[in-house]
Amino acid sequence: MPSAANTMNEPAPVITARAMPMVPKLAYRNLFHDRLSLTVTLVGIVFSVVLVAVQCGLYLGSETRIAAMLDHMGGDLWIVPLGTKSFDDPTMLPGRERHAVLSTPGVAGIEELAVGFVMWRKPIGGSTAALLVGSSITPQSPLPWDITQGSKEELTAPSAVAVDATYFKDLGLERLGDRAEVNGMQVTVTAVTQGIRSFTTLPYVFTTTANARTLLESAPDQSTYTIVRVAAGSDTEAVRKALAARLPETEVLTHAEFRKRSLDYWLFETGAGSALIAGALLGVIVGIVVVAQTLYASTKDHINEFATLRALGASAGYIHRVILMQAVFSAIIGYILGICLSQLVIWASKDTTLLIVMSNNLALGLFVLTVGMCMLAAVCAIFKVTRIDPAVVFSR
Amino acid sequence: MNNASKPMLDARGIVKVLGSGAAEVKALRGVNLELMSGELTLLMGPSGSGKTTLLSIMGCILTPNEGTLNIAGHQATGLDAEGLANLRRRHVGFVFQSYNLVPTLTAAENIMLAMDLRGIPMSRAPGLAAEALRKVGLTHRANATPSKLSGGEKQRVSIARALAGSPSVILADEPTAALDSENGKAVMALLAEVAQDTSRAVLVVTHDHRTLAYADRLIRIEDGKIVGRARRRPGSRAADDAALATAA
Repeated sequence: MPSAANTMNEPAPVITARAMPMVPKLAYRNLFHDRLSLTVTLVGIVFSVVLVAVQCGLYLGSETRIAAMLDHMGGDLWIVPLGTKSFDDPTMLPGRERHAVLSTPGVAGIEELAVGFVMWRKPIGGSTAALLVGSSITPQSPLPWDITQGSKEELTAPSAVAVDATYFKDLGLERLGDRAEVNGMQVTVTAVTQGIRSFTTLPYVFTTTANARTLLESAPDQSTYTIVRVAAGSDTEAVRKALAARLPETEVLTHAEFRKRSLDYWLFETGAGSALIAGALLGVIVGIVVVAQTLYASTKDHINEFATLRALGASAGYIHRVILMQAVFSAIIGYILGICLSQLVIWASKDTTLLIVMSNNLALGLFVLTVGMCMLAAVCAIFKVTRIDPAVVFSR
Repeated sequence: MNNASKPMLDARGIVKVLGSGAAEVKALRGVNLELMSGELTLLMGPSGSGKTTLLSIMGCILTPNEGTLNIAGHQATGLDAEGLANLRRRHVGFVFQSYNLVPTLTAAENIMLAMDLRGIPMSRAPGLAAEALRKVGLTHRANATPSKLSGGEKQRVSIARALAGSPSVILADEPTAALDSENGKAVMALLAEVAQDTSRAVLVVTHDHRTLAYADRLIRIEDGKIVGRARRRPGSRAADDAALATAA
């Protein structure tokens, strides 16, 4: 060991440590000091992120499916039979609404949909229920969308229908041009869509309004929904009131109201959405518990260092920042791994009946949730460190 | 004692009771102690005499039941935990028996950590840490973690850390206890050199009589009371100083 006097002649050392703030540096070093503990923490966070991402993705996917018809049809006002719970819960309007609606001031145009449950007899034998959706079919019409085989033009032929490729097996179909029976009447598949699935899993069968009325055996002027386009400059609310006054046996809803009603019915009244939300909450709870346990254990492992920091005069806030920074680092690493794994799950499920949607807002929300979850989990560790007696530094 | 020396720490009538009920122990019984700048003071006494309790109170880690404590002109009496932390952060440097370096940080980073606590801008910290390590002869060990350092090297890093931010008082708890003779001498020589700075007082709590050679003043404590004080004669070497040897 050199004497104190000799040391004065030594050159200054080359210090590789960067002039970065010590709080994140200490947090980072504490975190990576025990790789096993870090691995357990990250597994907990990744599990939580993936579980929440999948549950929330399924929730968003359910919303997308429930509202798909409404979102594609658009419109300002929807005239629906009294007590209609959702688009997929169709009954027929009394009839003759068309003229009453078109003669209402402020109405620019209407679209009539004839929707109803039908019995689909498979060409290979056997039958299944389906939801027939009849709408005006033109090259510009919104329904059906994503046609991959056949065309809308071919769909205007008498007895022509379009079905989704993902329902081929359920409907006993093999290819475009196959024939089947709907409510005892023969139909031909002249168009095939890709990816139009219902939330209820009941296959959608698209056709023209006229065909649908025939197949549903309804009156020629009857429809299930009448979609109203309000003229530019007209007050939607005033038009709604006028229509409601003229059509007492119906409900006149805005597009947003009918969308919300459909979502509320399927997601909350049936409990499906609540189950998804409960699953997501479970993921958050598991994440908090795992991160809290490992952060607490890590804090206990480093308690002597924290006591030394306290003895050296570190404020409680300084030490809390170190622990919170550990939590934030864990959250960031766990989130990145978790979101990558979630994308992998979504990619793996893309050809299945599950629709998992990962939107930018969900990804951002998950990040905020993960950081918040980890910071909340740090509370136990902070309580532990708050009770440190710096005097222990003299007893070791 | 340097002519320009001034009191850096003044403890008056310190009483400390530890435990309660049947386990109650009066660890300190009205201790008066003054640490002067430019001096290295040894606090000696048998185990259980109250040395570490007194050190903890002087370091604002424990609060006395009675008495007053003034550090570098700042009254410590009546401050809450954060106030005491603030006072020791600004005015007290510690050297611990078991070094208490942060194992995940390098030698230089341990010193930079103390600088960060004392509000020294991190842009200046690497340069100041390099200088501090040069002063304690550890230029070549700057980037080593504590697990790679010998006991003597750890204690020198600990001294460099205590000096970060130039505190008014350095309190060392048995700094040579875990070291061999050669390293113990080197550490005491370093502390004596630190004490030469007239703006700083150094107190070393020790059992080790070999440290006497480096003391300017010796205080002996027994059963929570100061029982002896001795000062080195101006110009004398401590090893030859009968008063110190007798007091010890």
